[in-house]
Amino acid sequence: MSEQAVIEAKNLTKTYGSTAAVDHISFTVGRGEIFGLLGPNGAGKTTTILMLLGLTDISGGEVRVVGFDPARQPLSVKRRVGYLPDTVGFYDQMSAADNLRYTARLIGFKKAEREEKIAGALERVGLAEQADKRVGTFSRGMRQRLGLAEILMKGAQVAILDEPTTGLDPHATSELLGVIRSFKAEGVSVLLSSHMLERVQSICDRVALFNGGKIALMGTVAELGREILGGGYVVDIEADGAGLAERLALIPGVSGVERTGIGKLRLQADRDVRPEAAVEVVAMQGRLKFLGVQEPSLDTIYTRYFERKAEEANALKDGARHAA
Amino acid sequence: MQREGSAFAGLGVVMLKELSDHLTSVRMRVLEWLVVLVALAALYGAIQQIKDTTAEDPFLFLRLFTISRDPLPSFVSFISFLVPLMAIGLGFDAVNGEYNRRTLSRILAQPIYRDALLFGKFLAGLATLAISLLALWLLVIGLGLLLVGIPPGAEEIGRSFLFLLITIIYAGVWLALAMLFSILFRSAATAALVTLGIWLFITFIWPVLAGAVAQIIVPLDPRYVSLGLPTPGTAEAEHILARLSPTTLFAEVVVAILDPTTRSLGPIYLSQMQGAVLGAPLPIGESILIAWPQTVAMIASVILLFVIGYVIFQRQEVRA
Repeated sequence: MSEQAVIEAKNLTKTYGSTAAVDHISFTVGRGEIFGLLGPNGAGKTTTILMLLGLTDISGGEVRVVGFDPARQPLSVKRRVGYLPDTVGFYDQMSAADNLRYTARLIGFKKAEREEKIAGALERVGLAEQADKRVGTFSRGMRQRLGLAEILMKGAQVAILDEPTTGLDPHATSELLGVIRSFKAEGVSVLLSSHMLERVQSICDRVALFNGGKIALMGTVAELGREILGGGYVVDIEADGAGLAERLALIPGVSGVERTGIGKLRLQADRDVRPEAAVEVVAMQGRLKFLGVQEPSLDTIYTRYFERKAEEANALKDGARHAA
Repeated sequence: MQREGSAFAGLGVVMLKELSDHLTSVRMRVLEWLVVLVALAALYGAIQQIKDTTAEDPFLFLRLFTISRDPLPSFVSFISFLVPLMAIGLGFDAVNGEYNRRTLSRILAQPIYRDALLFGKFLAGLATLAISLLALWLLVIGLGLLLVGIPPGAEEIGRSFLFLLITIIYAGVWLALAMLFSILFRSAATAALVTLGIWLFITFIWPVLAGAVAQIIVPLDPRYVSLGLPTPGTAEAEHILARLSPTTLFAEVVVAILDPTTRSLGPIYLSQMQGAVLGAPLPIGESILIAWPQTVAMIASVILLFVIGYVIFQRQEVRA
């Protein structure tokens, strides 16, 4: 067991009857890391989270959360881990602060430290003004933030967030992501599940792509991009000038030029060719309006991965047909 | 496999929170007013009846609970009817309510066991019922003192206090049943309907059905029928079947405790009557002995229902 890993899962398995919801998955989450569990609904993300928290039995494999076994030492795990469930609920007739007070007493905080922690946590998520308002009047985004305040108040070493941004408007989402980023700054590890890839990409250090109860891909977004998209860079240019496409095609490393609109070109390259492209445009006295490189997007990786899977499956079927 | 830590960590916190929820809830207030008004009506009837008859009854005070004046039933029958309603009202959404508010997984992600949550909720419900019943009991005693004008004797207070305790146990049976269904059904409405259905069945249909089933198990003996007497075997079977219902058990215990002249809760044989002074009251200890098996059966059903619910709850996956 490494010093740095706060979550360590080895061949973690969960079966319902004969079907495996989570099938021999292994991953580690380091201290202060934001780790994303991605995948379609029903891929086993929530089941994995429940097993980490000891809220459901583990059918097989081993898991350690902050050094404890969730099945045997659930209290030690739950004392150090904060959990924000998918669409978190609070007691609507109670105020935000009262809801946190109840949790604080369940955790066992002394009365003196309780109020201070609650006030601090509400302040951090921007709910200090609404502390005494009934949660029944809260919007979805405020509830999610209150959920994060609960984790902050708890002083958790690990925050497990299940679909934290689902159903939030863009503004609420960025507020929430801001709080999640601040966890990392304090050395709190974050495990979050999501299918909102674009948003997740912006905050995750590493991601694991779930498919059918297995981890299909794992690594940083850049690593996955290289693996799935073949390491290509796509540079978009918007500029005037005759014969520009031909000139750009001569830049070393460019493998293709494609016209995407009037005065718009897209370059396929094996490296970032923006500087050379700019030089070429200027040399031709063209007017450069736009120049940008597409980062490998998780969305593209995700789509491409499942397309590829489907192709493979079809090929397999065809092969079988041919064999027959 | 030994679990770490205490299963009851957080029990007090859950219980206090639930208790304050119950005591401030509109639902509880409605139920309390219902019970108080109905009980007052019954009490009023009983007091009128006592004033009319001015009997030389050594246990006049206990008559407050048991005497009825048409068209109102007695205080005791009102209680045996309304206490289950109150208990079901408190328990039917205990667990599925948390689930539907999506607070269950958040609470269970705190360092407590499920035991504490379930047990805390049960104790809070029972405490709420106990507080209401105690208030009601004091009300009856106070009104009795004011309106009848005869101070109760020590034994009468003792007997009526036992009645209070037994009513709380009886309430516990229904609370445990309601909580069991709140664990079994995700929808609070379904849980409430099923529990109310069972309550109706047990209270109104089972006493009739018990007689019919008893006649199937032990057919009536024509010799007894021709004499116009109940067949002993059939009567016994009917008794056993009827006692499967907590309502029957409660009614029997109440008769034994509140009517000191009760000597037996089953059929009495001639041999048992030898040397008995008919109509003479029994000491309180003897009355308790008569009511003991029924009381134990009620406590046992509370425990049984709670344990079934507990086991199901422990095995449930919490996905909300």
